Amino acid sequence: MGSEIVRALKGVSFTVEQGEFVTIMGSSGSGKTTLLNILGCLDKPTSGDYILDDVSIKKLSRNELARLRNKKIGFVFQAYNLLARTTARENVELPLLYNSSITLKERHERSMKALASVKLEDRVGHLPNQLSGGQQQRVAIARALVNEPVMILADEATGNLDSRTSYEIMSLMQELNQQQGKTIVFVTHEPDIAAFSNRTITLKDGKVIKDTKNENVRSAKDMLMSLPTNDDY
Amino acid sequence: MLRNKLRAFLTMLGIIIGVGAVIAMVAIGEGSKKSIRDQLSGMGSNMITIRPSSNVTVGGGARLGSTGLQTLKVEDADAIKKQASYVTSVSPAVNANGQAINGSLNWPTTMQGVSPEYLGIRDWKLKDGISFTQADVNSAAKVCLIGQTVVENIFTNGEDPVGKIIRFNKIPIKIIGVLEEKGENTFGQDQDDIVLAPYTTVQKRMLAIPYVQTIYASAMDEQSSTLATDQVSSILRKQHRLKAADDDDFTVRTQAELINTISSTSQLLTVLLAAIASISLVVGGIGIMNIMYVSVTERTKEIGLRMSIGARGLDILLQFLIEAILISITGGLIGVALGITASKLVTAFLSWPTYITESSIVLSFLVCAVTGVFFGYYPALKASRLDPIEALRYE
Repeated sequence: MGSEIVRALKGVSFTVEQGEFVTIMGSSGSGKTTLLNILGCLDKPTSGDYILDDVSIKKLSRNELARLRNKKIGFVFQAYNLLARTTARENVELPLLYNSSITLKERHERSMKALASVKLEDRVGHLPNQLSGGQQQRVAIARALVNEPVMILADEATGNLDSRTSYEIMSLMQELNQQQGKTIVFVTHEPDIAAFSNRTITLKDGKVIKDTKNENVRSAKDMLMSLPTNDDY
Repeated sequence: MLRNKLRAFLTMLGIIIGVGAVIAMVAIGEGSKKSIRDQLSGMGSNMITIRPSSNVTVGGGARLGSTGLQTLKVEDADAIKKQASYVTSVSPAVNANGQAINGSLNWPTTMQGVSPEYLGIRDWKLKDGISFTQADVNSAAKVCLIGQTVVENIFTNGEDPVGKIIRFNKIPIKIIGVLEEKGENTFGQDQDDIVLAPYTTVQKRMLAIPYVQTIYASAMDEQSSTLATDQVSSILRKQHRLKAADDDDFTVRTQAELINTISSTSQLLTVLLAAIASISLVVGGIGIMNIMYVSVTERTKEIGLRMSIGARGLDILLQFLIEAILISITGGLIGVALGITASKLVTAFLSWPTYITESSIVLSFLVCAVTGVFFGYYPALKASRLDPIEALRYE
């Protein structure tokens, strides 16, 4: 059994403009994860190039990639990936620890600001296991925001959440996109989540099969309002 | 790791025990060395002992022991006293064994015939009464000083021995003083089981011999004892009219030599104990390495996350390395405290002498810091080389 080279992405080419809210769709095996890894500067394409904020990553070293991730990208993961036994605030401050130009005072200010923008200013001292799934994901979003990245990269960020909390998160995403002009790239396989974005790129077998502007953006806030207010389980 | 207190403590335990053991063991070794040194110094560290030795082989090649030799004379002692500038006091010595008798009580002991200077050479003091004088030596007076063990055995009802007349080997002799208690020496000999008398008394009245068995002298101080030894040797060679080719017919020993010999023996003990204890330090280090490896594997996902938000390989390396060093240094500090406590307890409960040296503390502390770096480096390196993508996906 020799090792077989699998080409996960073939001739994929697209541009994401600043301030866009893009969802990347595709079934499993379509190359979503590989694309995400490249977009997130975790991996380099074997051929071709990826230009993030005017920087070509082709020739960057491991350490330079790490620096780029730290400054320009905010990750939001499906499984939140918060550090256990670490408070919400310390979790949010984590990316700033790897940026030596930021002082302690600035770190505190920025982490508070980021937590405030996800409406968790009253939960700063809580540990992840004292927070609900939605709250944990909001902490993760605050962590992605804290370094003021050029792009927020969300990987199935609503995958572990029920629909109400998903709408909450999406409403937050829309708010960040519309009010603060954040560029968001959101990977998902749920079409109803994609409906909240401005643009949807669909992958299949490593190729872009559809790249459509969404003329009719749904408001997650309205969806949230339309849900019955008190779920009596 | 710092958030997992029990594990951190258990990891530290190896280092704690290692460092504690090194310090306690070295303290015990050093303590015994120091106590031997102190005891020997107590015997008079600048004391010089001169004994006759045979420089000719007689008959079939058998050489005679020092007690059988008659080469040392009182005149030799006088010559040393007059000519050796580094020597302050000199005393000839002859020993006679016998029975000290007071009424119905008797006790086997040794009568040592010496000069009045002997007390100064040995650094012995009188508890009661007075010492004999040069006049007593000149007249071979029947006076003596007795040690505490002799007092206890022949004056059982607490009466004052001073002024009493006892018999030693049937010869009546007057006690004029009692020696202060000195206890056992390093070799376990009872230094209080003794009767001191003028050497002329022992020579003439007890043994009927003209020679002396030993000459004790004291150098000015510890430093000049080697020079004093050389002077004594050359004076004795002249006294004994030895030719340049002849071997010495005497031996000159200083206490310093003895101290060095015994110190080096206990030095060996110290090194041995330290070596054994060091093994536990190494085992402790391996414990750290093991736990760090487990920790790296367990926290693969965390490492992936940290990398994805911008941690460089170096940041991860430092994080784990600092953790390892922190554990080993904290362990080291606790170990130092434990070692000192253990040494104190050994002294308190077993009454073994212990002596805690700064060097052992500094050394074991450094060793455990180095252990932390050494055994923490490889797990940390492994962590820093993880691929962020795979680390993130690790479950």
